[in-house]
Amino acid sequence: MQLPPDDDESSPPSGAAASLVPAEREFTVEQRSQWKTTVHRFTRHRPAMVSSVVFVLLMLFAFVGPSFWKYRFDQVLKKPAGANADWIRPSWEHPFGISKGYDVFAQVMRGTQYSIRIALVVTVVSVGLGVFVGAIAGYFRGFTDAVLMRFTDLMLVIPYLAAVAALQRNVKGSTWLWLALFLAFFGWMGIARVIRGEFLSLREKEFVEAARSVGASAPRIIFRHILPNTLGPIIVNATLAVGGAVLAEAALSFLGLGVKPPDTSLGKIIEVGKSKATTYPNEFWWPVLMLCLISLTINFIGDGLRDAFDPKQNRVRA
Amino acid sequence: MSGSEPLLKVTDLSVEFPTDDGVVKAVRGVSFEVGRHEILGIVGESGCGKSVTAMAIMGLLPSTARVTGSIKFRGEELVGLKPREMRAYRGNKIAMVFQDPMTALNPVYKVGSQLAEAVRVHQTVSRKQARARAIELLEMVQIPQAATRVDSYPHEFSGGMRQRAMIAMAIANSPDVLIADEPTTALDVTVQAQILEMLMGLQDQLDHAIVLITHDLGVVAGMVDRMQVMYAGQVVESGTADDVFYSPRMPYSIGLLGSLPAHAGTLERLKPITGAPPSLINLPAGCPFSPRCPIADSVCESTEAQLVAVNEGHLSRCHHVKELNEMPEPLRLFEGVVK
Amino acid sequence: MLFFVIRRVLVSIPLLLLASIVAFILVVNTGDPIEDLRTKPNVPKATIALREHQLGLDKPVVERYVTWLGKAVHGDFGKTIKNKPVWAEVSRSMGVTLRLVLFASIVSILVGVLIGVISAVKQYSWFDHGATTGAFLLYSLPVLAVGSFLKYVLAIRFNRWIGRGDNPLIKTIGESTPNFCTKSKPYNCGFIPSVTDFLSHAFLPMLTLVLISFAGYARFSRAAMLETLNADYVRTARAKGLSERRVIVKHAFRNALTTIATIVSLDFGALIGGAILTETIFEWHGMGRVLVESINKIDPNLLLCWFFVTAVAVIVFNLVADFAYAFLDPRIRLD
Repeated sequence: MQLPPDDDESSPPSGAAASLVPAEREFTVEQRSQWKTTVHRFTRHRPAMVSSVVFVLLMLFAFVGPSFWKYRFDQVLKKPAGANADWIRPSWEHPFGISKGYDVFAQVMRGTQYSIRIALVVTVVSVGLGVFVGAIAGYFRGFTDAVLMRFTDLMLVIPYLAAVAALQRNVKGSTWLWLALFLAFFGWMGIARVIRGEFLSLREKEFVEAARSVGASAPRIIFRHILPNTLGPIIVNATLAVGGAVLAEAALSFLGLGVKPPDTSLGKIIEVGKSKATTYPNEFWWPVLMLCLISLTINFIGDGLRDAFDPKQNRVRA
Repeated sequence: MSGSEPLLKVTDLSVEFPTDDGVVKAVRGVSFEVGRHEILGIVGESGCGKSVTAMAIMGLLPSTARVTGSIKFRGEELVGLKPREMRAYRGNKIAMVFQDPMTALNPVYKVGSQLAEAVRVHQTVSRKQARARAIELLEMVQIPQAATRVDSYPHEFSGGMRQRAMIAMAIANSPDVLIADEPTTALDVTVQAQILEMLMGLQDQLDHAIVLITHDLGVVAGMVDRMQVMYAGQVVESGTADDVFYSPRMPYSIGLLGSLPAHAGTLERLKPITGAPPSLINLPAGCPFSPRCPIADSVCESTEAQLVAVNEGHLSRCHHVKELNEMPEPLRLFEGVVK
Repeated sequence: MLFFVIRRVLVSIPLLLLASIVAFILVVNTGDPIEDLRTKPNVPKATIALREHQLGLDKPVVERYVTWLGKAVHGDFGKTIKNKPVWAEVSRSMGVTLRLVLFASIVSILVGVLIGVISAVKQYSWFDHGATTGAFLLYSLPVLAVGSFLKYVLAIRFNRWIGRGDNPLIKTIGESTPNFCTKSKPYNCGFIPSVTDFLSHAFLPMLTLVLISFAGYARFSRAAMLETLNADYVRTARAKGLSERRVIVKHAFRNALTTIATIVSLDFGALIGGAILTETIFEWHGMGRVLVESINKIDPNLLLCWFFVTAVAVIVFNLVADFAYAFLDPRIRLD
């Protein structure tokens, strides 16, 4: 904490010697707002900045790309007369090549879109659930905390992918939204624990005491006083949750237990392509590469955010 | 060996830490001596370089630190020693007591085995002998039932007892110099007095010199033989305890005394020094205290003062020593009544 | 300490019971096991009713759970829809998976902790930068990418390169050679051939699991170690004049170990997820295969047993970590 230089408050010493003290000579450090310093620290994290740009490009690729690309994902391409065996290989016309008559670029674009869409739903719902449970448990402590935390422990005992797969089996029709909701329902525990920890320590702070002493209600203290102070960990965990959700969805779809046609996702494309991974590698390796790219960029962004919010680099983190 | 040669002689010691934001000049040209059976107090605000000085003597600074100058123990140079060579002094000839006893003991080992470890590093004794010595040490620092408490873990000790255990560890090898870095800051006031008294008692018994580092003038009062005040990495005043307490000749020392409740009793109210110490990366030109000094003038802002002798053995780093000498009541400097 | 162990074990029994209820709810909602039968034309109602009765579907859910639990505590997990004993199938595949997971865990913990500790001790050295970056990349990569890369790009090519494309040195499919040890091939039944066969099959899946999980341990150990290296008691240890090696091993690492012990157990759940994927990539007949098949074919007893056994495994690992933690940290031990 920087002590503000306060020449005005102390009675100014009289006399010639005293008047020689110029007020501007204080070694003032520019007061920067917490957000400004956080943003500044983030922009200094080069991998995170590069990843942010790549991730924005990925989003454009997934959500805007399909409307501009000349081939649709379900358009069956006929081999033109005179084309040689190299026709299916990547070219300017088909950057990711062709698999079973489909343009892989268009397929991967659509798969990425679904993957990101699922991951965003998972993140919003699971972070919401996790923050809610963590906040209640950490704020009220005692019996409430014990019950909620035992419930969290219980949810952690059931392997998460298996639980989601079991429920997903029974879903008919459009599957992606249900998959996202199931993943969220079985994936909020980590963030709940983090937020509970934050609340447990923040609730003892003086500013909460002060709010309580003026008669603020529990919801008001939780939402207006404590929650804003946990924004750092929430943002970091939410970012990492996006990456986790993309991978979890891909894993399930890869096992054949995730999205079903007509929906798709990167994992689904990989599953379809895996039997021909050596003979027709386009459909397999491009979505795998895309998956790696998403996971890497999100982890880098998360790392940059963590450093920006919590400059104490040595903190132990799981 | 003894006689005229001081136990510990620090000459022109400087410590710098390169960081991302620039070079931190933590200690700048500090010199002092500690003689046999002497207690030297080093006083200053946090960040003035007093702890860094202590760590430099112990050779415990991080490897990034750049240490220049000389630290001589019984005439042997310590600066530039290899880590292996330095270990022969550390905890053996020169030992240290740290500020926070709650974290300074290793939580996973019994107090006794931590003491025995200290003994066995420097003495070839059996485990059994080391344990007996540990019990003896705990008795020396007045821990009741030392024979059973030797098997306790640190978390089973109170703060005061832990600090006693730390002191026991420091005197395990009967060092010649004991450096105590804020040994009582983290403790309750009643415990503080007990610990200080015990330190004095042990010194009489074991005849070592003590370097007592503190920000609390109340702690050094009546305990130290000589003291030096540090500010922004420099010694700004040094002399006997009486010199500094009763005729301070540096506005910073005066300010510190004015911030001391017991000492301020004669005045109407506490007169704190305004502002904060300067950044050790961008030190202001001239006297580093000038931005907070009530009598600073243009000379103070442009040129650094030298340590000059006020009396025999009383040094001050101030351009206005003469004026302070002539002032009727220099202690009222910060009240704005000075003409 | 004994009291602590007993109390922790007792606490996990209700947890396991609750987990079995959650598992039962999941299995009930997985789907209708005789959907095929119902939708097939010309199946007599009596046949459907008989099948329903055989599978217990005609009874209320609570009664079905109680019946299942009553048998399960006696070790009877019922029959699969193909009328084979569930326990035999699950215990066999659990054996396959545990072998893989335990080996991989041990290797990745040892490698991860070692790398993490060296990185922390030599903070900001080239080793630290390299290890931290490498661990970060591996930590971020999907299991299926790592596994597929090892299988299709490295192993298959390596086998061809050393001229063993037909009888690969590094096996990419299955957990053992089918019909490896039979009466006609008694020379394969010895200890050395079976271990060799296991290793040649397990090498790639283990490498996959180790690569994806050691990075997490390395990152965590580095952080834990950096924290203890900066602790006051480490400074005290140095001030005693101890050698740097002793300071690092006896003081810093010994304390970091208490933190590392907690993460090891927490990660076991994630490791099961990773193992399911790895097994699928390398076509092992382990728990991953059982899960996929029991869900695809809607085999309630098999799926229930799967959940139960994995829940037990997770709980046991958590207990082991709790005990390790209590053993390592005297402040916990006395509670």
